[in-house]
Amino acid sequence: MGIFNVIGKYVVLMGKVFSRPEHVSVYRRRVLDEMESLGLNSIGIVSLVSVFMGAVLMLQMCINFESPFIPRELMGYATREVMILEFSSTVVALILAGRVGSSIASEIGTMRITEQIDALEIMGVNSASYLILPKIIATMIFFPLLAVLSIIVGLIGGYVITLVTGIVIIDTYIEGLQMDFKIFSVVYALIKMIVYAFIITSISGFYGYYARGNSLEVGRASTKAVVVSSVVILMMDLVITQISYL
Amino acid sequence: MIRCEHICKSFDGKQVLKDISAEFLPGEINMIIGRSGSGKTVLIKCIAGLFNVDGGEIYYGDTLFTSLDFKQRKAIRRDVGMIFQGGALLDSLTVEDNVRFPLDMFTEQSMAEKRERVEFCLRRVNLDGAGKLYPAELSGGMTKRVAIARAIVMNPRYLFCDEPNSGLDPVTSNVIDRLIYDITKEYGITTIVNTHDMNSVMEIGEKIVFINNGCKEWEGSSANLFTADNEALNDFVFASSMAKTVKAASDNGHISGNWNNMR
Repeated sequence: MGIFNVIGKYVVLMGKVFSRPEHVSVYRRRVLDEMESLGLNSIGIVSLVSVFMGAVLMLQMCINFESPFIPRELMGYATREVMILEFSSTVVALILAGRVGSSIASEIGTMRITEQIDALEIMGVNSASYLILPKIIATMIFFPLLAVLSIIVGLIGGYVITLVTGIVIIDTYIEGLQMDFKIFSVVYALIKMIVYAFIITSISGFYGYYARGNSLEVGRASTKAVVVSSVVILMMDLVITQISYL
Repeated sequence: MIRCEHICKSFDGKQVLKDISAEFLPGEINMIIGRSGSGKTVLIKCIAGLFNVDGGEIYYGDTLFTSLDFKQRKAIRRDVGMIFQGGALLDSLTVEDNVRFPLDMFTEQSMAEKRERVEFCLRRVNLDGAGKLYPAELSGGMTKRVAIARAIVMNPRYLFCDEPNSGLDPVTSNVIDRLIYDITKEYGITTIVNTHDMNSVMEIGEKIVFINNGCKEWEGSSANLFTADNEALNDFVFASSMAKTVKAASDNGHISGNWNNMR
């Protein structure tokens, strides 16, 4: 019963979030601000994680596919595919669920317990839309760019580890990266990232918006937001993967 | 004028407001007083529409507020200003942006007009020059004054103040009280102040509604507050040592008149 109640409340909140904004220019400004705070400020962590992911992927491929029957170009190819299909979208989304999701839930939750949301309501502002919609739009625009960044930086990580360890010849790695490239893989990764952006922002916004009580509750809302977002991201990964290969 | 009729409100089966009826007059400081946990905040939030009532009606003038849907309420809310206990300023905006916020959202005024109005409101609360500060940089008194400036920026017809003096020293409290009083008289606003601060009641209270355990125990003018024949009200009003001392002096004829004359 509890889960249906939560889903019902979530759907009602999304109805409020996507109702017509009061003043479009105010929302436009907020979208730009949110792009900076949720997107631009995540570039560092995404780059850092991606460079190591790319390097580790390349190493694992080389170590575990050590066979005379497997061409060495496939190491670069496999690194690229895994990076594009899963790591740059799903793993980066999980990282962002931690960073961005907790920040959104705690920001909105704090606004709730300090009556800032009540103040917006009293003024006649649709608080759900004002607070959550710009974040959703900003992340749905910016997160796919982070996915592209993650792919590029990840492949650079693979390049660097290849160069440093000499585990395969660098030209072989580059040849592998160029092998059988399908643009669909990148489009698929971007679509996934757009879906994940919506999941992270809307779920975190939901838990923050309905936070009650004191700072402990805000902390709990923040934790719930991260856990639920992560689980839903993994579930949606399965669904989207299944759909895309039908 | 705001009129409440038979307001009831419960949370998780616990009845917080029980059949409360009261009338709040325009151009006057209407005060809801009572002990902590008596239901004052819930009542003012019901009147403001932040909580939906379980039963009863609330009228803004002749409009039955409780029967309106979200969109219809929006129109009335443009006429409402509210000062929250903690100020409830938007943390991410400067003082100036906070005060300008309702103008940005609901008017088509030019930036110059909005700036002029914001400057006027900040001057009105003696905060000219503080426009560029963020809420985190303000003292408690300044926060409340910014909240007042934001509440009056749209020229409201109704002003709700939820414990406007909480956490303030007596001198700053008086400044805030005086501001609320002056603004109410200047614009003929229907002001409802929710407080348990007897200094405020003595300072600016005109019409008083006393709430005890979710019930309206007493309603009357501040002039009659100290002579009321209600045990719960007397316990509340004369709870402080100072009040007891002054009452004893008054009973002994050492001071004449009621407390309200001391204003």
